[in-house]
Amino acid sequence: MAEARALHHRGLGRWTWPLLGALVVLPLVLQAFGLEFYTVVAVRILVFAIAASSLNLILGFGGLVSFGHAAYIGLGAYTVGVLMDAGVTSAWIAWPAACAVSAMAAAVIGAISLRTRGVYFIMITLAFAQMFYFLAVSLKAYGGDDGLPLPQRSVLGFGLDLKDDATLYWVALVLFATVMAGLQRLVNSPFGWLLQGARENEVRVTAAGGRVFALRWQAFVLAGALAGLAGALLANLNGLVSPHLMHWSQSGQLMVMVIIGGAGALWGGPLGAAALLLLEELLSGYTLHWQLGLGAVLLLVVLFAPRGLAGVWRRG
Amino acid sequence: MDWILITEQALNGLQFGLMLFLLAAGLTLVFGIMDMINLAHGSLYMVGAYLAAAVMQASGSFLLAVVAALVGTAMLGMALEMTLLRRLYARDHLSQVLATFALILMLNEGVRIIWGDQPLMLNTPAALSGPVELLPGLHYPAYRLLIIGVGLAVALLLWALVTRTRYGAWVRAGASNRAMATAMGVNIRLLFTAVFGFGAALCALAGALLGPLLAVQVGMGESILILAFVVIVVGGIGSVRGALVGSLLVGVVDTASRTLLPALLRQLASPEVASNLGPALASILIYVLMAAILFWKPRGLFPAHG
Repeated sequence: MAEARALHHRGLGRWTWPLLGALVVLPLVLQAFGLEFYTVVAVRILVFAIAASSLNLILGFGGLVSFGHAAYIGLGAYTVGVLMDAGVTSAWIAWPAACAVSAMAAAVIGAISLRTRGVYFIMITLAFAQMFYFLAVSLKAYGGDDGLPLPQRSVLGFGLDLKDDATLYWVALVLFATVMAGLQRLVNSPFGWLLQGARENEVRVTAAGGRVFALRWQAFVLAGALAGLAGALLANLNGLVSPHLMHWSQSGQLMVMVIIGGAGALWGGPLGAAALLLLEELLSGYTLHWQLGLGAVLLLVVLFAPRGLAGVWRRG
Repeated sequence: MDWILITEQALNGLQFGLMLFLLAAGLTLVFGIMDMINLAHGSLYMVGAYLAAAVMQASGSFLLAVVAALVGTAMLGMALEMTLLRRLYARDHLSQVLATFALILMLNEGVRIIWGDQPLMLNTPAALSGPVELLPGLHYPAYRLLIIGVGLAVALLLWALVTRTRYGAWVRAGASNRAMATAMGVNIRLLFTAVFGFGAALCALAGALLGPLLAVQVGMGESILILAFVVIVVGGIGSVRGALVGSLLVGVVDTASRTLLPALLRQLASPEVASNLGPALASILIYVLMAAILFWKPRGLFPAHG
């Protein structure tokens, strides 16, 4: 992309608190109208907003098109599932462990994959994700192809019971807000500027003294850790961890979320996750052939909103 | 392990590799010349298989089914290129991924609307349904031999076309430097449409030929698409020779590890472990191979550019 893009990414500014307030009372509103089912949809959107934002950090801000991001979500989910199978139910142990496992996998995969460029990078990240996918399929002790059902949700303590969907929603909301605030600080920090600079012109950043490989590797590991967190939440939401979480179509879906939301825009991930999941929900309730409609909408986005929804927002 | 099993598996690997080549050849040309990531390439393979199955059921003639699949899919491919994909060449890879992902969804759903959810049956032509005795004691299905024959013929034809004709020279020129080829008077626009239609026809050929061996169903395109991408990345994007070498490598490694690895594991570990771990290791092996090749040769085995 030739035209220069602003390096500074504003947060929501004065809209922060009203929007956060609206999100906090959402489960209560849904309950009041007897629409409790949609609380689960809302949690799913928050979880995928975190996951898509983590991908956006490397794909949008770093220019590194990773086609294997679902692997880190799956690893995070499996960490929670395996620990629970071993009797460890505390969220305070399992969730950080999920982040750590995903981060370690990303550290190894990133160190190898970042040697390649462009399409080869896309394919090598896909290759690693496929390895984890088939590994999960072969884990007969943990359900193999069918996956591992979780007997319960993680235990948080402090009187918070995650069995209640609304509580799970609020916990996810806190994590989502924290992640977004952190990412906003990160992309506006010198680290974020160098990362975006390397996306635009790697040679110049190197000449200016930036250690591009280390920079990208750190972003890659951080993105892996955040995806692991999303995976831990997703395991709790679904009550099941299965190899399907790591299927390449899941990585594709995350990429689609980031692209329709706006790659390299701070709010691209959440916007894309909300748009795609709500569209799916809406169309699948309306017709059996909802994928036809979804495909048509995605095509329209590509042809008429090349910068994604975040781009439309900014222009409008 | 006796030599009959090994020869049989080598032939199976060759057959699978050649079918992968039919997909990968089109994919690598579209990728190499147009710099376009076409995720919907596997969907054209699916459309070809469905067309073949439908015509076969209606007419009973396998030859007619294959020809109809080739022509129909080539027309669909060219129509897609002229209406939609052409607009995407100048865009970045991300837009192409999103647009062709959308195409996968729409083509899958379109096929589901026309032919329903149930897999279609495509029977082996009666004349080729029996086995052939290749060597004393080695019986091999005649139909698979036909597939190997067709695959080799197409590979040869493609090699001649790319290296020995003017059209091939245009394609190679387009792949190595699009702007210069245009300046030298090659009508790149027309060439793109033709290459796309040709690639779609190769997909349909693979779909129609593999139809009797695999189930003709929605989603059949996606699983083979990933393998085709592995092939072209291993071979080097834009290189037909690379696609052939990559296809045979992936085909043989995949087939061999699927049958020989569990047998090997059974001798090392308990049968239970072998039956659990074998198939997964076989699936993983392809990707280990690709990661290893990209680690040492980050641009594939036969880089086409520069």
